Amino acid sequence: MAGHHPFPSGPSAPGGIAKLGVFSLVFALVRKNFEAGCTPHSLRIVFLVFLGFVSSSLFCPSSFAQESPYIVTYDHYLEEPGSLDVEYFSTFGTQRAGNDFHAFWVEFEYGVKAWWTTELYLDGQTTFGDSTLFTGARWENRFRLLKHEHVVNPVLYIEYERKNGADKILKEVEGVDVESDFADSNAALRQEHSNELEFKLLLSATYRGWNFALNPLAAKNLSNNPWEFGYAVGTSRPIALKASPNRCSFCPENFTAGVEMYGGLGDRYHLGLHNTSQYIAPVSAWNLPSGWTLRLSPGFGLNGNSHRFLLRWGVSHEFSGFSEVLGHFFGGRQ
Amino acid sequence: MRIGTLHSSFGRLGLVIVACLFGLNARMASAQDNNSPATPNQKWNYDEISKAPEKSRVRQNPFESDPAAIAAGGKLFERNCAECHGKKAEGGKRAPSLLRDEVQRASPGTLFWVITNGVVWHGMPVWSKLPEPQRWQIVAFLKAFKSTATPAGGPR
Repeated sequence: MAGHHPFPSGPSAPGGIAKLGVFSLVFALVRKNFEAGCTPHSLRIVFLVFLGFVSSSLFCPSSFAQESPYIVTYDHYLEEPGSLDVEYFSTFGTQRAGNDFHAFWVEFEYGVKAWWTTELYLDGQTTFGDSTLFTGARWENRFRLLKHEHVVNPVLYIEYERKNGADKILKEVEGVDVESDFADSNAALRQEHSNELEFKLLLSATYRGWNFALNPLAAKNLSNNPWEFGYAVGTSRPIALKASPNRCSFCPENFTAGVEMYGGLGDRYHLGLHNTSQYIAPVSAWNLPSGWTLRLSPGFGLNGNSHRFLLRWGVSHEFSGFSEVLGHFFGGRQ
Repeated sequence: MRIGTLHSSFGRLGLVIVACLFGLNARMASAQDNNSPATPNQKWNYDEISKAPEKSRVRQNPFESDPAAIAAGGKLFERNCAECHGKKAEGGKRAPSLLRDEVQRASPGTLFWVITNGVVWHGMPVWSKLPEPQRWQIVAFLKAFKSTATPAGGPR
């Protein structure tokens, strides 16, 4: 072990660059929102993201996060118990017969138990030449079903969504969701409101460093609409399987790459690919030692019902020991 | 709708979250400095070691006594394990010490099995998201505590 300190510490330059990038992004968003004639809701979501990242940057100890590169697909790995992961994602999408858009969402992902992760989403969008608005909130829960690792590992996913028709984050594609649904103005789309329950069975396997994940989904709009179906499938692998002995931001083991594919499967009455939209997207993630994770994913529509191009990117940061902090604050046992 | 309506429920939720992030994390350092030994109710972690199947128990570590692997294992331990098990593997409020005989006497294959499968119902997540070579590197690091005979400080 001579010459090696097993517990290196200290901030890394790329971590600082990541923080700077986040601040720049949020400032740009605030400015863009003002220019676009924003609503109070959209301002609040940007304000929240900004303060969340500022506070994490100033006060929170960093925790390395081994995040997957997927944007839509889920593997079977849950958040570590007691940790809070704050994530920001953007989707830029092209739109035929309408204006291109930039949809964004923030996630607060908390590990309640090693077998249960809960997550709150707040999302919004800017349609260029139109407006910016808050489009909804989601509460997601994932439950690990088996005690040990198996060849295929199932996780049950249950989500409640309350959103309006202007939601464009494309976090999942279901039923007969198609590009033309997004062509109307925000003023018209925001008049539609929906409460929806969504169920997924997350099936995931890891073999020789490769992760394979399949997520069939069923969604039910609670206002008497039929069940809708969809899927996401993905595979990914770290660039290097063996870790280098040095603390480094650019070590190959910090990078993961893969590809995911997702789309709708129709509804209860018209099951199949007819009139659905389908996408394929290379995905990549960079897990920094400072606790930040950056993701990038260009996506491509596979048929005429799909957006031609989606550019997604995200940044996330993990706060370790969040439950203990809350416990101290609310007078829990020491 | 007016911009000045921050007293809405959404605004309050946001302020609570931000307050948690802002004001509370200063206390986080003290929570993480805990050097206390494992509590009796963490005995299940040691019990789990005895549950490793025979075919896992006899697996050999491909990186055994490899200095570079031990150093890499130390880095991985700090990133992924130290948050609960303590920076020196001395244990904490959420997870037991890894310096105890129960762990140090366990075969490399047994430790690999526990890392891979976790102790899910009792708080330890599965770590199969780390590629197999990285899990073996962590095992090499843990076993190096024993071979260097510096249990309090770990391998140097």
